[in-house]
Amino acid sequence: MNKGIIFDIKRYAIHDGPGIRTTVFLKGCPLCCLWCHNPEGQEIHKEILLRRDRCPAECFICLDICPQKALRKPNGEIQVDNSRCDCCGKCVEACVYEALKIAGCEVTVEEVLEEIEKDRIFFEESGGGVTFSGGEPLMQPDFLDGLLKECKKRKIHTVVDTSGCASFKTIERIAKNVDLFLYDIKIINDRKHKHYTGVSNKDILENLKNLVDIGKRVVIRIPLIAGINDDINNIEKMARFLKSLRKIKQINLLPYHKGGCAKYKRLQREDPSADLKQSPDEQIKSIMSILMNYGFFVKIGG
Amino acid sequence: MNKRIQKLREQSLNAKPYITPERAHLITEFYKSDIAQRVSTPIGRALAFKYLLEHKEICINEGELIVGERGPAPKATPTYPEINAHSLQDLEIINSREKIPFAVSEETKQIYKKEIIPFWRGRSIRDRLFNEMSKEWKDAFEAGVFTEFMEQRAPGHTVLDDKIYKKGFLDFKKDVRKSMKELDFFNDPSAYDKKEELKAMEICTDALILYAKRHARKARELIIKEKNLKRISELERIVEICERVPAHAPRDFWEALQYYWFVHLGVIIEYNTWDSFNPGRLDQHLYPFYKKGLEEGTLSPEKAKELLQAFWVKFNNQPAPPKVGVTAEESGTYTDFALINIGGIKTDGSDGVNELSYLILDVVEEMRILQPSSMIQISKKTPDGLLKKAIKIIRTGFGQPSVFNADAIVQELVRQGKSIEDARNGGASGCVETGAFGKECYILTGYFNLAKIFEITLSNGLDPRTGKKIGISTGDPAKFASFEELFHAYEKQINYFVDIKIKGNNIIERLYAKYMPAPFLSILIDDCIEKGKDYHDGGARYNTSYIQGVGLGTMTDVLTSIKYNVFDKKYVSWKDLIDALHSNYKNHEALRQRFLNKTPKYGNDDDYADNIMKMIFETYYRAVNGRPNTKGGLHRINLLPTTVHIYFGRVTGATPDGRKAKEPLSEGISPVQGADRHGPTAVIKSAGKIDHVRTGGTLLNQKFTPQLLASDEGINKLAHLIRAYFKLDGHHVQFNVVKADTLREAQNNPEKFRNLIVRVAGYSDYFVDINTGLQNEIIKRTEHESF
Repeated sequence: MNKGIIFDIKRYAIHDGPGIRTTVFLKGCPLCCLWCHNPEGQEIHKEILLRRDRCPAECFICLDICPQKALRKPNGEIQVDNSRCDCCGKCVEACVYEALKIAGCEVTVEEVLEEIEKDRIFFEESGGGVTFSGGEPLMQPDFLDGLLKECKKRKIHTVVDTSGCASFKTIERIAKNVDLFLYDIKIINDRKHKHYTGVSNKDILENLKNLVDIGKRVVIRIPLIAGINDDINNIEKMARFLKSLRKIKQINLLPYHKGGCAKYKRLQREDPSADLKQSPDEQIKSIMSILMNYGFFVKIGG
Repeated sequence: MNKRIQKLREQSLNAKPYITPERAHLITEFYKSDIAQRVSTPIGRALAFKYLLEHKEICINEGELIVGERGPAPKATPTYPEINAHSLQDLEIINSREKIPFAVSEETKQIYKKEIIPFWRGRSIRDRLFNEMSKEWKDAFEAGVFTEFMEQRAPGHTVLDDKIYKKGFLDFKKDVRKSMKELDFFNDPSAYDKKEELKAMEICTDALILYAKRHARKARELIIKEKNLKRISELERIVEICERVPAHAPRDFWEALQYYWFVHLGVIIEYNTWDSFNPGRLDQHLYPFYKKGLEEGTLSPEKAKELLQAFWVKFNNQPAPPKVGVTAEESGTYTDFALINIGGIKTDGSDGVNELSYLILDVVEEMRILQPSSMIQISKKTPDGLLKKAIKIIRTGFGQPSVFNADAIVQELVRQGKSIEDARNGGASGCVETGAFGKECYILTGYFNLAKIFEITLSNGLDPRTGKKIGISTGDPAKFASFEELFHAYEKQINYFVDIKIKGNNIIERLYAKYMPAPFLSILIDDCIEKGKDYHDGGARYNTSYIQGVGLGTMTDVLTSIKYNVFDKKYVSWKDLIDALHSNYKNHEALRQRFLNKTPKYGNDDDYADNIMKMIFETYYRAVNGRPNTKGGLHRINLLPTTVHIYFGRVTGATPDGRKAKEPLSEGISPVQGADRHGPTAVIKSAGKIDHVRTGGTLLNQKFTPQLLASDEGINKLAHLIRAYFKLDGHHVQFNVVKADTLREAQNNPEKFRNLIVRVAGYSDYFVDINTGLQNEIIKRTEHESF
């Protein structure tokens, strides 16, 4: 059976492509962007998340129930020893306060489709459909391919939201069942790209070019992080590169937000993005006008 | 908005509601008179109505274009002692209560003490009603099992169609006379009764014409004193209009509005009818006048807008008459539920949207006042433009307009036996109630507390709050072997209390028919004239009595929780459950959290819960639907709460869905506050599983953060969401677009948020005017944080 690992399904997703959509978040990502707002999507394996604010001091049920003895509560503060925890989920099941959650759930293509089908009436009414996001959905190519094939069989519009970090062979394989790609471009300077995302952008840019060349519809998404990639130099270079691909029409700018910060805490990880800031409105406006001058349709969000 | 309207609007917003003893005094004076003793009941009512209109003070405010007030001044609110003779203590409460007060002067209290109370005590409908009700009825009423709409306000619940735009009151008078002439005293044993009723109607036609002419006279007096030439010419026009309408059919836009307003005042002076009367499909009715005016060059869109805005102010000047006790709890608001219908379909089934529909939306947006309320009827044929324009207004956060499914309304009405034409000319009034406008008497008789009845079921017929046995014995639930057995016991209790309520309704309807006919309202609703029968006595073409179910979401979660946790998963023993409920979850917090967080809930598109919702719906439907009323019509159900879910919650102990004692119940068909965790599409899918077409209206509240609607794309997507709900036959949806933080701030600093209007349930209200329980409920409804 074709199985994969996802960490969320969000209904009424209205910023991930046309119409009303259901977004499926596939777990695992080859990048580790400093500004990542879904850090629980980075690792491909399951992880435990803690909501300490929901955990009452007097409750020790999860400690007793954990077969690995991976949970501790010194000074009334719940902690997980990740070297012991095998994410069996027994604690999550037992915690009625919803202070514990496993990010990552093994599911079959059929199970995901069942969830997607629930909102069919909204897709059909609005010209929406399903978006596969992550993490990086291309990290699970067989699963993604299975999902996309099944969606197309059922006449559901498909979007893949990707960093483009995969072999082109993988991209090409899934592309025939994708109606629209939301393709992230972050930084043109490769050294900087490596520094902030952990990987080179060489393949990413090459893949984009190839994807456009085989005639796929692509909307570019650019996350904007103050002082990292919102400088005019980077934007100009990006614009020139995208222009050279000829067929790119639309760019969505995604100003950085602090949505991911709380999640690092829940993952018991250091928050690497603590110092990051949103670009000032003025800067966003001038970036918009630069890109528009290149003839792109530009919008904020989505 | 021009300066005139700004001023009128400000005056209306700043006017403080107070009680005027004028009406109480006049009606008492009339009923003490000789003539009142010598005539039949309907004629007595008609003469009383005429006496009121002959003697009440005439008020024309400075700069007004549409004239006439119910009391002597804006927000001077009359009382109706023949319905409810307030005691001095009532007046004191009304005067001093924190929310929805009306100032009551010493003079008014004295008039009440000397004149009003001595005469009406024992004669008022309220006194008669409580005398007639059985012990079982009173027990259930006091326990909060149901409320009774007619104990302080008269049945109204109807809306006007297009008849007044085609006929004057002199024409109606002719119709009345014709009907009188055709009476067959040889073969019709009720011919005499009909004659008296028709004579009463005739008196009322004269009374309204006379009332309008008194306004003409008043305007003439003002002209003499007026120095401003422009105002003089306006007043001259007002004189002309008041001489013309309502005696004759209106000739233009202005006359049409003024005509309606006189009719409106007639209805709300005759009685304190529930759900203030309203013109209904205003864009349909006024469009011919609008078009003609533009073609002839006598009207411009700006002038039409100004007149509409002046008309809007008139509604806002009339707060709902003061309510006390349980009725104040179930409807704690100044709003009197006049709901202007915009859009929808025409008699022939074609799209009804016209330029005026858009213009009226402009008026709604600019006026931003409580009354009248507004809604749009969206059919398959309605252009997206109208829906999107409406959403842009909804986005501004004051809860108007609400959105209705015109196609569902037609289906509901046709299912109830209305002709397709009457159905297409209908709409929704009050909060969400479906009606055949101008042809139906559709009475809301009271709210029905589905959660309280379950609490009584759990105690084998006892009300745990008082220890009184008010239900029937349906067995000790601890001994029930299955969920089905429990549900069956609940069903028996529901049937028992519905029987009590219907028996009460069928007595109360007759009290109004016998003692409180409404000959003026009867002129306006087909086929009262033709039948020679009063509106309260089956004169209307269609007659429906509703009992409004409350707590569907709460009850779904309650039964789901028991099925899931006790019977299916066996997480909880029956004893532990009952202990937890009796102790209000004290020392059972973990169990409560399990119910809140680990149990399927309605509003998440989860069939485990939603199938139980359908069972409850069917049970309630079967108990009520199709039971005869006394007017030749039937009882039906609808699902809405106004503010009663707060009161019903307060009298209901802790429930197995994790709700603590006294907390609010869910409202309308919305999920329990905060229980919906999968976003709006899941809520809509769950709510879409209700068979709306078999109701007379359902109410769904949706919360939206302003950010979701910030862009045009957000607006488009909301439009799609609404259309999808309507494909599922959803009846109505309304939106609160405001952040919970804003509301919390308003709660802490009410003086800074005097103007903050929020959607409550079927209407909007000033946030600072609603009680704290309801404020908290709305805050809870507005936010939900995910993991």
